[in-house]
Amino acid sequence: MIIEHSRIVRVQGDIIAVPATGINYGELATVKSRSGVSMAQVIRLRGGEVYLQVFAGSRGVSTGDTVRFLGHPMQVAFGDALLGRIFNGSGEPIDKGPHLKSLPRMDIGGPSVNPVMRVIPRGFIETRVPMVDVFNPLVESQKLPIFAAAGEPYNELLARIGMRANADVVILGGIGLKYDEYLKFRIAFEEAGVLSRTIMFVHTASDPVVERLLVPDMALSVAEQFGVQGRRVLVLLTDMTAFADAMKEIAISMDQVPSNLGYPGSLYSDLASRYEKAVDFEGAGSITILAVTSMPGDDVTHPVPDNTGYITEGQFYLRKGVIEPFGSLSRLKQLVIGKVTRDDHGYIMNSMIRLFARSREVEQKLAMGFDKTADDERYLKYGRLFYDRFMDLRVDLGLNDALDLGWKTLAECFRPDEVEIKQEFIDKFWPA
Amino acid sequence: MNGPTRGSVVAVNGPLVTCEVDEGREVLQNEVAFVMCGDVPLKSEVIRIRGRQIDLQVFESTAGLKVGDTAEFSGELLSATLGPGMMGMIYDGLQNPLNELINDQGFFLRRGQYLPALNAEKLWDFEPIAKAGTQVRAGHYLGRVMEGIFPHPIMVPLRLLDTWEVVEIKPEGQYTVDDTIAVLRSVGSQAQQEIAVTLKQEWPVKMPMRRYEERLLPDTQLLTQCRLIDIFFPMAEGGTACIPGPFGAGKTVLQQIISRYAETDIVIIVACGERAGEVVETIREFPELEDPKTGKSLMDRTVIICNTSSMPVAAREASIYTGVTLGEYYRQLGLKVLVLADSTSRWAQALRESSARMEEIPGEEAFPAYLESRIAAVYERAGKVRLYNEETGSLTMIGTVSPAGGNFEEPVTQNTLKVVGAFHGLSRTRSDQRRYPAIDPLMSWSLYLSQMTESLNTRHEKWVELVQEAHDIIFKGSEIHQMMLVVGEEGIGLDDLVVYLKSEIIDAVCLQQDSFDNVDQATSRERQISDFMLLMDMLHHPFQFDSKEQAKGQMVHIQNLFFQLKYSPFREEAYNRYRSEIEAILEGKGASHS
Ligand SMILES: Nc1ncnc2c1ncn2[C@@H]1O[C@H](COP(=O)(O)OP(=O)(O)OP(=O)(O)O)[C@@H](O)[C@H]1O
Ligand SMILES: [Mg+2]
Repeated sequence: MIIEHSRIVRVQGDIIAVPATGINYGELATVKSRSGVSMAQVIRLRGGEVYLQVFAGSRGVSTGDTVRFLGHPMQVAFGDALLGRIFNGSGEPIDKGPHLKSLPRMDIGGPSVNPVMRVIPRGFIETRVPMVDVFNPLVESQKLPIFAAAGEPYNELLARIGMRANADVVILGGIGLKYDEYLKFRIAFEEAGVLSRTIMFVHTASDPVVERLLVPDMALSVAEQFGVQGRRVLVLLTDMTAFADAMKEIAISMDQVPSNLGYPGSLYSDLASRYEKAVDFEGAGSITILAVTSMPGDDVTHPVPDNTGYITEGQFYLRKGVIEPFGSLSRLKQLVIGKVTRDDHGYIMNSMIRLFARSREVEQKLAMGFDKTADDERYLKYGRLFYDRFMDLRVDLGLNDALDLGWKTLAECFRPDEVEIKQEFIDKFWPA
Repeated sequence: MNGPTRGSVVAVNGPLVTCEVDEGREVLQNEVAFVMCGDVPLKSEVIRIRGRQIDLQVFESTAGLKVGDTAEFSGELLSATLGPGMMGMIYDGLQNPLNELINDQGFFLRRGQYLPALNAEKLWDFEPIAKAGTQVRAGHYLGRVMEGIFPHPIMVPLRLLDTWEVVEIKPEGQYTVDDTIAVLRSVGSQAQQEIAVTLKQEWPVKMPMRRYEERLLPDTQLLTQCRLIDIFFPMAEGGTACIPGPFGAGKTVLQQIISRYAETDIVIIVACGERAGEVVETIREFPELEDPKTGKSLMDRTVIICNTSSMPVAAREASIYTGVTLGEYYRQLGLKVLVLADSTSRWAQALRESSARMEEIPGEEAFPAYLESRIAAVYERAGKVRLYNEETGSLTMIGTVSPAGGNFEEPVTQNTLKVVGAFHGLSRTRSDQRRYPAIDPLMSWSLYLSQMTESLNTRHEKWVELVQEAHDIIFKGSEIHQMMLVVGEEGIGLDDLVVYLKSEIIDAVCLQQDSFDNVDQATSRERQISDFMLLMDMLHHPFQFDSKEQAKGQMVHIQNLFFQLKYSPFREEAYNRYRSEIEAILEGKGASHS
């Protein structure tokens, strides 16, 4: 049922209010103003007044403009015809492909998966990035963000890991993405030959802020449908901090009491309801989510990376162009390490990290001007080798080769009784 | 005015729905109401009453509600259903059995679907205990059914006040949870009232269940098989603890390992606003794992309350109460119950969200002013009690806290620390160094160490003293380490270096425990004692070294032996071999390492 109203009584931020009755909470509307037609969504009902967030922003909206209520929530088209297509932040195609009017449409942001319908993920995804494969392996259906300060090559890393994941469907959700970055993704997908199984929802930096809110839900709803159909879907979201910032703007316009730096108290739940779409369905496909969370001021305690860290299954810290061994974490690693991967994997991983921590300590100590002992020398050497052989993002190495190289590196620097590895593995793997 | 109270929706703001009821209709705070979205009833709870305006928090998505929709008030407080058949169940925060919701709804949860918490068809073998004519009070046992391995007493309904007389008790036989097994009549001057008792009963989740003789001081250890906890910061039966820590520090893994290995009768896991994937591991793995005590699957002693982060926020608030209520019920049955809640911060955030929507005056970090009292009220429901029948039961509660930015100076951590008996604080430094479990020995504490001295000293006559001594070495080691960072290794004496190296050994082989290694993940009481005493022998050993290099060489060697020891199955060949090697060194016979 479509209802039209033409008296906007209130405009605050990107929120407008109209007197109307019989309107559903959450339903979609269009607002026609002199600057064009924008979608809007009902976010509050109060007596006879309906509050809407206007996706294209409220600039140019006048009290005489018309609001049409569409009687249904935000929807997105779904079908195989989406593959290879590119859409903007409100779901309109922006490539030159055919229109998709005949496709079925479905509501976005649906209910959560019944936890008992999930299975324990066991699919190891080899990325050939040793800092990922050896130390923090990526697992199918994982949700994992890349934490990075502005200027770090996070989108490159996202694309690189994404390309390797060997998914049936790749969905890119660009949120406040710079146009150049969008082009780079497109080129990367083309070169990797995955464009025909890719779907892009691209909201660029110059698009209206509130529109950002739709991108993750559209991308994830489409992913969910493919997943239910048995496909293994990879969703790439960049940048989720831009998404959170849009939420902050809405919250402020609604006069909500902020909990921390202006972000609403619901930030955790809002982010979680998106990330929790990552799933391995019992008897069907899966959804893996890799996202970028840029860290304002390179501060991991900023509310967005902080809340994200509490939601996702680990994080990759990208700092000075490399994945930091400390702080980076794949929480699903124990599901595959030594079970799907080689049985020495867990021991070599722990030992190498522990020793690298010590080599960092030695570095700090020497930086303060203390004498260098013979032991220090070995730790420094180990630190250098670790960087060159494992951390450098240019290294492209399969997991087993990387594990072998790990043993070799340990043997070049330490005695077997210094590495804290179970004797049976020392006996089996320590290079002669 | 008759019939149930009804209201009409006047405002919708996320999960907060305001209705108006007719003048003079009775509405109860925390009463359950159903808001009708078309023909789908959405369960909700009254959270504020202002004249005719009633604020409801809806436990479901409110999408599609309209002004003018109806709300029906139930007249009942939000309650849990208690009785045989809860073991092994996986419930959502409102006690809907998630396993049964799958049949008609495929992969997704659909709103407005509510199923009974207990299977209505299952027949239980009931055996009467009480005789007709006896006088009873709430919590007295009338009979029992066998639930798996444990006898499940059937009690006089806990909500009943005063004394009642058993008018009729059903003979031994098979009954469903809804069948009447006894009839009680009130005793006393008032109008006599008769009620039928079934195997199941209801209890309002937000009310503490106090149907026992007295509360006892927790003085018996609750073994978790996590060395750092059991030795240094022990838990007591009926005690409380909080595990705060930044994201990824290991709160959930620690709770998972406790849920497996803790020596207790019943474990209730409340997954409160955390990841669904973590619950899945428990759901899928527990049925396969054996409970060494009973030989049955671990699932048979476990109840999971699962309201994960993408499930409705309001139901998350209820989930902790549901978990604690189930725990209190089992305690009434004379059992040792452990409730694990992950994470209480998500529960506090749910409070914050509804408080913000009600436009209450916010306190620190926008949490409501009543946060402190709510937290205290939840933890106070734990405890060890003496029941009316002289048996004891206990409810132990361990909650994780997820402080914003990993900073413990925030309201949820601080208010929790005020009320718990043990603090297992996880530190980012330790987790970054992969020193798991990352409980920081420098800041954690347990009041139970001294409270339980007597029973702990049955491990060894000087146990508590020795533990404190080891703890002191850890503090000293850390100070020396700090000093070394400033003055370098050359700046400290040989003796200090040895203390530091000893403390590192304690850390590496006693504090650190690999949750993913089959041997190391759980340490029995016996092994804890045996290995700790050996470690103490090492601490007491008067090592004589000529140089720092020699000291380091020898201590690395000893550390490695201890390390290999901890990964070897207790009292098997490799264990015995490493143990004698260590003993030989400590007796001065071992080959000194150069
Ligand atoms: N005892 C342990 N042994 C080995 N690894 C551990 C241990 N504890 C934690 N870890 C590692 O740390 C990761 C994170 O742990 P966990 O999920 O328990 O963190 P958390 O504190 O619950 O974080 P969050 O607050 O985000 O839920 C695990 O996936 C695991 O890889
Ligand atoms: Mg956790």
